[in-house]
Parts: sequence; structure tokens; C-alpha cells
Amino acid sequence: MNFELTEEQLMIQQAARDYAQRELIQDVLERDANATFPAKHVKALAELGFMGMMVDPKYNGGGMDTISYVLAMEELSKIDASMSVIVSVNNSLVCYGLDKYGDEFQKEKFLKPLASGEKIGAFLLSEPEAGSDATSQRTIAEDKGDHYLVNGTKNWITNANSASTYILIAQTDPAKKHKGITAFVLDKNSPGISLGPHEDKMGMRSSDTHSVMFTDVKVPKENRIGEEGFGFTFAMKILEGGRIGIAAQALGLASGALERAVAYAKERKAFGTAIANHQAIAFKLSDMAVKVENARNLCLKAAWLKDKGEAFGVASAMAKQYAADIAMEVTTEAVQIHGGYGYVKEYHVERLMREAKLTQIYEGTSEIQKIVISRSLLR
Amino acid sequence: MSILIYTENWDGKFKKVSFELASYAAALAEQTGKQAIAISLGEVENSELEKLGQYGIGKIVTAQDKRFATLDNKAITKAIAAAAKQVQAEVIILSHDNLGKAIAPRLAIRCNAGLVTAVTGLPESLNPFIVHKNVFTGKAIAHIKIEKEAKVLTLAYNSFGLNEKHSSVEITSFDPDLTDSDFSMEVLDTTKVTGKVLLNEADIVVSGGRGMKSADNWYLIEELAEELGAATACSRPVSDEGWRPHDEHVGQTGKIISPNLYFAFGISGAIQHLGGVSSSKVIVAVNKDPEAPIFEAADYGITGDALKVLPELIQAVKDTKNQ
Amino acid sequence: MKILVLIGNVPDTTTKIKFNADQTGIDTAGVQWIINPWDEFALTRAMELKEAYAGAISSVVVANVGSSQTEPTLRKALAVGADKAIRIDAEAKDAFFVATQLAQIAGEYELILAGIEASDYNGSAVGGMLAELLDRSSVSAVTGLDLKDDKLLVTREIDGGNQHLLCTTPLLAIVQKGIAKEVRIPAMRGIMMARTKPLEVVAPVESSYATSIQKLELPPTKAACKMVAEDNVKELVRLLKEEAKVL
Repeated sequence: MNFELTEEQLMIQQAARDYAQRELIQDVLERDANATFPAKHVKALAELGFMGMMVDPKYNGGGMDTISYVLAMEELSKIDASMSVIVSVNNSLVCYGLDKYGDEFQKEKFLKPLASGEKIGAFLLSEPEAGSDATSQRTIAEDKGDHYLVNGTKNWITNANSASTYILIAQTDPAKKHKGITAFVLDKNSPGISLGPHEDKMGMRSSDTHSVMFTDVKVPKENRIGEEGFGFTFAMKILEGGRIGIAAQALGLASGALERAVAYAKERKAFGTAIANHQAIAFKLSDMAVKVENARNLCLKAAWLKDKGEAFGVASAMAKQYAADIAMEVTTEAVQIHGGYGYVKEYHVERLMREAKLTQIYEGTSEIQKIVISRSLLR
Repeated sequence: MSILIYTENWDGKFKKVSFELASYAAALAEQTGKQAIAISLGEVENSELEKLGQYGIGKIVTAQDKRFATLDNKAITKAIAAAAKQVQAEVIILSHDNLGKAIAPRLAIRCNAGLVTAVTGLPESLNPFIVHKNVFTGKAIAHIKIEKEAKVLTLAYNSFGLNEKHSSVEITSFDPDLTDSDFSMEVLDTTKVTGKVLLNEADIVVSGGRGMKSADNWYLIEELAEELGAATACSRPVSDEGWRPHDEHVGQTGKIISPNLYFAFGISGAIQHLGGVSSSKVIVAVNKDPEAPIFEAADYGITGDALKVLPELIQAVKDTKNQ
Repeated sequence: MKILVLIGNVPDTTTKIKFNADQTGIDTAGVQWIINPWDEFALTRAMELKEAYAGAISSVVVANVGSSQTEPTLRKALAVGADKAIRIDAEAKDAFFVATQLAQIAGEYELILAGIEASDYNGSAVGGMLAELLDRSSVSAVTGLDLKDDKLLVTREIDGGNQHLLCTTPLLAIVQKGIAKEVRIPAMRGIMMARTKPLEVVAPVESSYATSIQKLELPPTKAACKMVAEDNVKELVRLLKEEAKVL
């Protein structure tokens, strides 16, 4: 069993680390405070090839494996989870969806600019009334002969404003319930699309999140991904891949928090010695380290299975649920270890804690992950 | 058999490094029983050359060729090598400054000599010939043996000190026989940094970090530097923020300096910074945080706000001057 | 014009220094190897020049003297954009040896770039030695490099200021910080293509060493810091004057 990373994987990890530690760190606190979009970083990361890492080079992608993607996501998330969620949505929801299920026309028109990072994408599934229960879609796409007419509202959409391309999940046949759901790719600037105000979020504040309203939006037939009724399966399959990205993000939040906690514990003195020398703190760090190591192994295993072409849905559910839950624990503990300093923005750990919370909620709550895992056990 | 030193000149004048080099050579001459000779290239008056006599140099060969002003590395190497041959130099020593660093390696090849750069003291042994220097950016000391008969050394800044030793001076003229084609570089322009004390030569350096809070407070650093005749420096975050120019950044990836006295105001003392200043003779740290790592590297320290301590220090220095 | 960039393989600058058994070198177990930071700046500038003057610069090649252990570092250079890497298969024991090895392949490059020193042994020697072995002009402390017609516009730091020079090729430029704003992060495409680019291994020539390390040791530990009260700054001045004798 080989636990070693290849030279390329190490270089990719280093490149992500260098960019994060040199560039993202410069304005991350300011962007969190003001909820400003990291436009220049999106451009730079696109130029470096981080927006379409796993897409085939013939569609402008990097042709990299999922392990490399996990490594990059972890490094970016240690410093800036807002930036890494933008990268994750683009890579493992939107590009993945088009790469796996799009036809040649859709790949040429939509996948290419997304993979090169020239444009970014958003994935529209959640609705005001449909979060965990994605079977009850209220957004309707009516077949009008040569196009579909879409009406409805999607919410909590990451990249809603900055994206140029949307992948939309909508109901084409309400009678068929979840078998009547269909997936589409479309241009964000289509007439009839409007955005709600920017959500004022607890964390990942530098990424843009809006609700998206569709009023008689025309979507050409050729933009439908797969057959009518394929949408639910499509969404579930795509989320399996997306889960790995978020698991890696949660891993990065946890490992970033651990690194900061270790550094702080070595320097901070109390009762005559560095607090790292007090067992209470040392044991906390030990527990945190084991959790991070477990999360990393789960993420890499899921990525490895996906790269081998094997079923990875349960593995990615385990990775996502575990990594998100421990990210919440580890970041909270990191704040605790920092004491008063952990409570102020300057030391970053309070931000990591706020950001970790979302990883337990989006792209499938921890509870949903447990449904996936338990169902596979109890089949 | 002799020891030859290359004493550079700046517009016909020597600087402290020249006399340090002379002192070192005179000491080595005594250690080895050989004669210490200096070579000067370019237009330098006899009255200036004779200053080397104050530090134990008894013989100077000079090539008063104004073409040397372009600091052409190839030409200078040729000239020094020719002189070395003429005086049968077994050891050639240069300063570890910009020019010395550029010439020494070329010279070593040309004279078939072994080279050790930035040596920090006299050889600890002559046979075998062993010298020492700092390596791993100050984290370790290396004792290096030169295997070849001929030796080229560069002397690290501030590692020897000045030793007055009066000697009468014999100045002879020397023709290195260089043609115009030996000088292949065209100097377009030269901008001199005047007034400011140069960071790598300064005996005293006043440096500031993020604890100075903003560029607006730097006048305090500059004032103290002026009172002390010191150079100013800064930590990396300060130059990254644009509060100070990049050439003031001292640290592992910036300049590595070794002044007699280094003041660190509002600098935490990260390893990368310390790597640039750890060879300073004396380090004084002022930082609000008593746990700041800089205090582990410092010789003297004050726990306090740099912005409050600086004005008091400036006044205290002024007072001692007036005493 | 072809550019050759000399690449040193050095331990990561955050590595804790541990000596090997006989204290003549460092313990390489667990060491992370990187491109010597100054050589990385040189490579970045070479890439910038190639991109700016695609017609004039045909290739950027990197070279290193070392065992196969240095190949990952060379591939990093390929990932950043170098066209080819050359490894001369020998242990790099001292600068003279390294320069002699490089001399066998370096002559055909009109412009050779070298970082001013290596972060391990701080030698500042290989560049100058290679220039002399090739009998070509060299210029050091270079903080700026550009093409100007068929010549090179060089900015160098001299003691007391800066100079602009016009140099002809062949030239060896020894560069320092300032030569490039920041080191290039390799793009994903570059990383994936690194393995497809040529990495030539060349046999070494017979050569001796001019120097050898007899012993490495840690610097003497400093005495504890003497603290002075915040309201007693005068005392600090007195100590610096009378005790430390530095004022």
C-alpha cells in the first residue's frame, strides 16, 4: 500500500500553498470584514489553472487527478475558505457535471471557458422550500417546443453573481416527482434572471451568495443535460463529487486551525512555561491532530476511489461528514487554545470557526451524509 | 611569498573596509612570516595610498589606469592575477563586498587557488590551511581547509576590526598590460546614494517592524539613526507593506548584515528576520510583548512600546553627546 | 539567444540544521529540498525575458550538479517553464568542482544566470568561477536585466549606488534580490508538462576539489538578554557605551 504522493501532486500542493500563503493571506481579513469578492485572486488562480483542474486538457482543463484537487483545496482553505469554495463549486460541481454528462456542444460552449477559468460557474439546486429534500423542486421548466420556459426561485447559490454559467436543476414533469427533474446549463445573463441581495453570512463572507429568481427564462433545448428526468440522478451524482471538494475544504480549515494552534501554544507562556508544555493543551493538540489525520485519510481515499473509476459515493459521504464535523471541533478548540487572542479577528482562528460551520450544512448536511452512509450499510 | 590584498577605492578614497582588510593582512603576515602587499587599481593619490601604512601595509602596487572605474570584473581579475604573479602571492584577500564577491571567484580560477568567502577570522591553522565562516545563513559555522597551494579569501564585514600598526610604505607602479578589449562593459549612468549610511557597511543599524504601527512613525527611526550616524532597516512585513523600500529589508531573503549594534524596534523576531541579523555584535530589542522571540536573540531589551521608548532614547543619546 | 540558469538544490530554509555523523555535512534525512531562492529569482527573470522577447530568446535551460536526488528540484524548474534541464551526475562537494562540471555544458549559452549565493553554504562562488573558466565577461550584484537591441541592459548594485550598463554577449550575470519582483508559482499546466520535457543526465569530468569541510559546528549560545526598565532608557545608553562598548 503506497501512501506516498507523486512529484506532480507535491508540486501542485506546493503551488496552492505558495499562492495562499503569499497572496490570499494579504487581504483575507479585509475581504471577510467587508464581504468583498476576491476578483483578482479568481483571475490569478484561473491563470495558474486551479479552476478546471480535473477537466481533460482538450477542454482547457489540467487533466489532474482528484488527489491533486484535494491537496490544492486543503492548502487554499487553510488560508481562505471563501476562495476555496469558489474553486470547489467551479471544479467539482460545475466542471465535473459538464465533463461527465454534457454533450459535445455543451462542452465546447460552456465547459471550455469554465475549465480555463475565463468564466466561473454556479450550481443551482437549493430552493427556499427544498434543501435537504431535493425531490420537491418548485422551479418549473415547461417544455415549449423549441425551448423550455423556467420559473422559480433558487437560493443560497454560491457564485450567483460572479458566475457566467449556471447549472440549473428544475422540474419538467411535476407528476413524475423526482423522476421528472431535469438538468440544464445556461447563461447567467439570460433575460428574466434576477438576483436577490447578497446574503450577509456568518462565514465565507468573501464569496458571493444570492438567491436567483427565474421569470419566464427561455432555455434552448440543446442546453438540457442528458434526457428529461435525468436531473435528480445528475444532481446526486454531481454532489458525490462536490462532496470531496467540501470535505477537503473542511480538512483545510481544520489543519489550518491546528497549525496556528500549535504555533501559538509553543510561543505563549503561562505559569512559567510555554502552554504547549502543559498536558491539558498538549492533549488537546493531540486530539486535534488525530482528527485532522483521519479527515485527510478519508478525503484521499475517496479521491483515490474516484480516480480509479470505482464507486466513491459512500467514501465521499464519510469524508465530508467527518471532515466537516471535526473541522467544527478543531477550529473551536483552536480558538480556545488561543484564549483571548482567539476571539479577535487578527488571529484568524475565529474566522476559521465561523467558516467551518457551513461545511456541516452545505452540499449535503452532515445528517444527509449519514443517510447515505447508513443506507449503504443497511442495504 | 606574500599576502596580497585588493583595496578597492571609491572615487579615489578608501573606506573602513579597506583598513579592516589591511589590519587582517598585517596580522596574517605576522602569523605566516610573509609580507603583506596591497594592490590598488584606478586613480588613487599617494597621500591616500599611504593611509594603508597606518594599518601595517608596507608595500603597495598601484595601476593608476582610469579605465578601472567601470569596475569591469574580467579586467580587474586579470590585473590582480598579474600582480599576484609578480609578487608571488600565496594568499590573496579581498573584502566580501559587492566587488570583492564578484572578483574573488574569478581570481581563484585564474590563479589556480582554493577559495573561501566571507571568512570571519584569521586562519586557525596554516598547515593544513583552515579558515572558518558562517554557513546556513548564520545557523552554523564551517571550518574549511583549502587544498590548493594558492589561496583566495574574502573577509566578512566587521569580523576583524581595525589594528593600527604604523609602517613605512613603498609605493610602486604596476602595469597589468590590459588592452581596451579587456574592458567590454559600457557604463551608461551611475546613481550614487549620497548622505544615507549604507546598510551593509554601517556600524550601527536602527530597524523597525510592524510594532511601529505605520509609516508615519518612521521619523523616529530616522531621527535615532541620524543621532547615531546609523543606517535604517526594517523587517519584511514593513517592506511588503511599502512603508519602507525593499533595500532596507533585513532577513533571510533580504539583506544579511553584521553591524556592531542592531536596534530592533517593534520587531517580533521571527526566524527569517533573525537569520539576517544574528551575526550582529550587539542586539537591542524593544517590544511590547515580553514573550517576543527577539528577546531570545537580543543582548539588551526593553519591554515597552517602541513609539514611547524611541523619543526617550533619542533624547538620552543627545544628552550623552552633550556631556 | 539561449539562456542557461544555474540551479542549486538546497534544504528548505525553515529546516532545522542537524549535522551528520562526522560533522562534515548536514543530516539529509527528512530534509525538504528546494531550488536555491536566488536561483529561483534568476529563473523567474529568465522566464519573463523569454515571454517578453519570444523571438530573441529561443530557450531557457536549467543546469545542476548533483545526484538523482536533485531531479525533483530540476523538474520544479521545468514546471515553472524551463525548456530543458541538465543534471551533471556527481556530488556537489565544493564550488570549484561544481563550476568545472558546469563548464563542460555551459559554453553554448549566450547568457548564463546565477544566483549570488546559495542558502546552504553561502559561497557566492560558482557564478564567478564559471565565468572565468569560460573566459567570458561577468557582472555581479545584478538587480535588473533587459534586452536592448542585440545587447543586454544591466542594472547592478555597486557599493554606494546603482549603475546601468550595456553589455554584450556572451555574458554571465550574477543576480540578487530585485532581479524579479516575486518568484513564479508554476501553473498547473506547467506542472503536468514537466515530465514531458527533457531532463538530460550528463557524465561528470575528472576534477578535484579545491576546498573541503573539516568540521561544522553550531554557533556559541548567547547569554540571556539583559532587560532594562521602560522608564530607564538612560541606563540602556550607559550599558551600550560602557559595558558593550558599541556606542
